[in-house]
Amino acid sequence: MQLALFIIFGALAVAGALNFLFQRHPINSALSLVVVMMSLAVLYWSLGAEFLAAAQVIVYSGAIMVLFVFVVMLLNAGEEERTRGSRAAYVAGFPGAAAIFCLLSFVFLTERKALGAVSLGGHLNHAVSNISEISTLLFRDLLLPFEVTSILILVAILGAVVLARKEQ
Amino acid sequence: MSHLTEFQTFLLLSILKVVVVVVITLTAVAYTVLLERKVLGRIQNRWGPSRVGPFGLLQPLADGIKLFLKEELLPLAAEKPLFIIAPIIALSCSLISIAVVPFGQVQHVTANGISVDIFNIADLDIGLLVILGITSIGVYGIALSGWSSNNKFALLGSLRATSQMISYELALGLSLVGVVLRAQSLSLRAIVNSQSAHGLLSWNVFGGLQFVAFFIYLMAAYAETNRAPFDLPEAESELIAGYHTEYSSMKFAMFFMAEYANMITVACVATLLFFGGPSSPFGNLFPAIGGPIIAAILPIFWFVVKVFAFLLLYIWVRGTLPRFRYDQLMSFGWKFLLPLAMANIVFTSLVLALHAK
Repeated sequence: MQLALFIIFGALAVAGALNFLFQRHPINSALSLVVVMMSLAVLYWSLGAEFLAAAQVIVYSGAIMVLFVFVVMLLNAGEEERTRGSRAAYVAGFPGAAAIFCLLSFVFLTERKALGAVSLGGHLNHAVSNISEISTLLFRDLLLPFEVTSILILVAILGAVVLARKEQ
Repeated sequence: MSHLTEFQTFLLLSILKVVVVVVITLTAVAYTVLLERKVLGRIQNRWGPSRVGPFGLLQPLADGIKLFLKEELLPLAAEKPLFIIAPIIALSCSLISIAVVPFGQVQHVTANGISVDIFNIADLDIGLLVILGITSIGVYGIALSGWSSNNKFALLGSLRATSQMISYELALGLSLVGVVLRAQSLSLRAIVNSQSAHGLLSWNVFGGLQFVAFFIYLMAAYAETNRAPFDLPEAESELIAGYHTEYSSMKFAMFFMAEYANMITVACVATLLFFGGPSSPFGNLFPAIGGPIIAAILPIFWFVVKVFAFLLLYIWVRGTLPRFRYDQLMSFGWKFLLPLAMANIVFTSLVLALHAK
């Protein structure tokens, strides 16, 4: 069951990501990104991180991507034009991307114990409420980074307001 | 049944529950429409539908047949795939969130070694978050419908709807924090149990001192479901019909059903969070009557009565209040409801912290 979930939603995530790149219209691309995020949420859930899954759906698919779609609709952005692409991108891009992919998968596969890997669906059958664990981690052990991040976001919001305000 | 594995039994029982709940919800949607037309009619001093069947009770059936048989129009300039997907997203999102709602007290039925709670499709630890998440996905249905139909009224309607839903989602989510703090859980069953001690007195809206949160939730929920007095997305005097202007036949019906299914979901959530869900308003005042079957059905009766009361309130508000202006709507949401919700969180956590000492 867990393996089936992983295969279906992993494939869906990859398909969505590819569709995101190949679609010409920004709305279609944004919607493919939503599909990717929803499939990731299902994968989180199948690993037992149900709160993370819900947060992923609410924050990324429900708020951030809605804003993306909203802006695309407001600006009425048309289809992008295809260019032939630069030679440098072909020469350096594909090998570079492949190298990064190999490096990352090597690191993840060799260091999976140190990174805290769990077997697929290990927690799905006896899912514990991990909200309290996350909150202990966030609000006690990592309190300072958490608060600093929120101040950073607040500063960013204020900056956006200042930039967007019309000069009187 | 013995030749089925445990997983197959579980799957079959779950599918059975889903089918029953979806059928009941859709029937409830159809009759909520009739109820609205009847009650609005009486408010406006006219009869409402009264010709089809006794008291017009078969009117939803006639409407359904009419919508099925109508011609399906597809505008030439519409973005075809999105135009078709949009109503599907809207309706499915509004139906999915019913899945986590517990309709009655826990009632396990054991079949083939699997025990299943028959009055709840899925009892999740984060049921409340699931409802919020699915509601936030439902925005796409409306946003895409307006954009893909390539019509300026539809686009304006969907822009209004989207910004309104994003803005009020915040106040809605924050208003629920007080309830979650009191129950110390996001599971809907736990929230119901946290207020079932003394019947009416321990409901969150009275004994839980969450009256302000309930007020915020109600306002935000009306805006989320695009209902009067916040029905600007489909303000018929300025936008024709808003985001579903270009839709016809069953696609239009799907939007229509989605709106009413959302109303029912919101009423269910309000019942669960603030009015004790399926628990009786009298608590343990009266001794239990009847056998186990009555004991199982009575909570469902209370649940349905409370949801029905909320639906009536919806209709009553629609018949009474005029529509807001758009800037009033936005400033009401951001400058009044949001700070009030935050103040409510601070107040509730202060009281809880003082109590804990």
